[in-house]
Amino acid sequence: MRIPCPHCGPRTHEEFTYYGDATVRRPSATGPDAEAAFYDYVYTRDNPCGLHRELWFHQGGCHEWLVVERDTRNHDIKGAVPARSVFSADDAT
Amino acid sequence: MANRYSIFSLLKESLRGHRGWAPAWRDPEPKPAYDFIVVGGGGHGLATAYYLAKNHNARNVAVLEKGYIGGGNVGRNTTIVRSNYLMPGNIPFYELSMKLWEGLEQDLNYNAMISQRGVLNLFHNDSQRDACVRRGNAMHLHGVDGELLNREQVRKLLPMADFDNARFPIMGGLMQRRGGTVRHDAVAWGFARAADSLGVDIIQNCEVTGIRQDDNGVTGVETTRGFIGSRRIGMACAGNTSRVASLAGLRLPIESHLLQAFVSEGLKPLVPCVVTFGAGHFYISQSDKGGLVFGGNLDGYNSYAQRGNLPLVEEVCEEGVALFPCLSRVRMLRSWGGIMDMSMDGSPIIDRTAVDGLYLNAGWCYGGFKATPASGWCFAHLLATDQPHEVARAYRLDRFATGRLIDENGSGAHPNRH
Ligand SMILES: Cc1cc2nc3c(=O)[nH]c(=O)nc-3n(C[C@H](O)[C@H](O)[C@H](O)COP(=O)(O)OP(=O)(O)OC[C@H]3O[C@@H](n4cnc5c(N)ncnc54)[C@H](O)[C@@H]3O)c2cc1C
Ligand SMILES: [Zn+2]
Repeated sequence: MRIPCPHCGPRTHEEFTYYGDATVRRPSATGPDAEAAFYDYVYTRDNPCGLHRELWFHQGGCHEWLVVERDTRNHDIKGAVPARSVFSADDAT
Repeated sequence: MANRYSIFSLLKESLRGHRGWAPAWRDPEPKPAYDFIVVGGGGHGLATAYYLAKNHNARNVAVLEKGYIGGGNVGRNTTIVRSNYLMPGNIPFYELSMKLWEGLEQDLNYNAMISQRGVLNLFHNDSQRDACVRRGNAMHLHGVDGELLNREQVRKLLPMADFDNARFPIMGGLMQRRGGTVRHDAVAWGFARAADSLGVDIIQNCEVTGIRQDDNGVTGVETTRGFIGSRRIGMACAGNTSRVASLAGLRLPIESHLLQAFVSEGLKPLVPCVVTFGAGHFYISQSDKGGLVFGGNLDGYNSYAQRGNLPLVEEVCEEGVALFPCLSRVRMLRSWGGIMDMSMDGSPIIDRTAVDGLYLNAGWCYGGFKATPASGWCFAHLLATDQPHEVARAYRLDRFATGRLIDENGSGAHPNRH
């Protein structure tokens, strides 16, 4: 599996550390349903069989956090973008 | 026609050119409805159906399997069974499983090649030794056998291991002599035949594609072979648990991950028991044919592909050679992968769900083979009585929400680190 790092080019996934599902978002700690929301945030996952958006940290390279889109059925990687672009876009909406 | 095996039936059949063997189980058409449906014909599903029939007198049970019996993890694992656990929620359950293994071949009248050759966890520094002593003591408190071996005792068992490794010297190990290996296919086949002979319908090539509900809970499943009704449905789908549960709108504390395993060419006796390397994540045993059976970590990322990547192959082989330098020139024959239902605390779930009549058996991570008999025993109990079995009480689905985790590794909600 090679991850196309936007800064370093395609690199073997050994250089990266996996951090799981990139679609979960830390909920508000003060909301009325905070407890249930945190349970979902920490524990439950869609765990899709197919396209999965996931976090990888380029530890053996540029130290960028990436959001990688990968097919869990065949490990085919569709693309990778810096995580901050994804997360700041989320914050803006 | 014969489907019981003995030296006499074997002799008789060899004289007849082996034309008299009967299939070990029927291939029935699905009925319109059953009292109980078990989704998933792996070890756990088959054991569940068997114990439903045997312990609870259920006579109208179906196992629905999307592929063929033995095609999932039950036929892909490295066959290790043990009950050397640490946490109170786990030890009695795995010890029940060990006891069931010890009587299983008689019970099923099937040779599963259960070999109590011992499971030895090596330690390489003082803190690992302390951890092994603690684990051994926890086991003793629950009546489980465990023995601390010193360096010389380990050397007698494993003369070819690298005792002079400067970084990871072998200081000793925790041995569970009752642990060992079991022929995994025979477990699937033995449970299948025994369940079938008690009237269980084993329906292969039957994928569950939907779960129907009304106001009172589940009413049945949509399958590739049509709708099949039932008000008690148990899911035992291992790596595909999230997908099947999502058919009923459930989102679970589970990720699917990939684990690889390897077999070498046949060798003379080298490893008399199961050995785990404490300096990394590597374990090895030797099959009766002489092949070394070994494996290590998960590949580490979500996956439904039953094949892995090369970096993990390299890592596993490096660890093997670090432990047994003599392996460096051994040829590897085969490698394969399986999809594991990794739970968020590394321990299983045997529980009801939010949907009435729908039950969950999942989260077995890479240790579910050893659990097969007890898992079936306890899941059958839950399906038949709607009450958790005594030794599986801790395996609740809501433990993640209530904070009652069973985290043997203490690694938190990172399924790839358990
Ligand atoms: C490489 C490897 C090594 C391992 N080593 C060990 C070990 O040494 N010791 C140990 O204790 N454990 C080990 N394990 C773990 C163990 O194999 C599993 O935890 C256990 O087998 C899972 O339970 P099962 O047998 O019921 O799973 P499976 O055999 O996978 O059964 C699940 C079944 O559900 C079926 N299914 C899925 N979706 C559907 C659907 N929609 N409809 C119908 N059927 C469906 C699947 O086809 C499958 O047959 C290992 C696993 C692997 C992959
Ligand atoms: Zn990079």
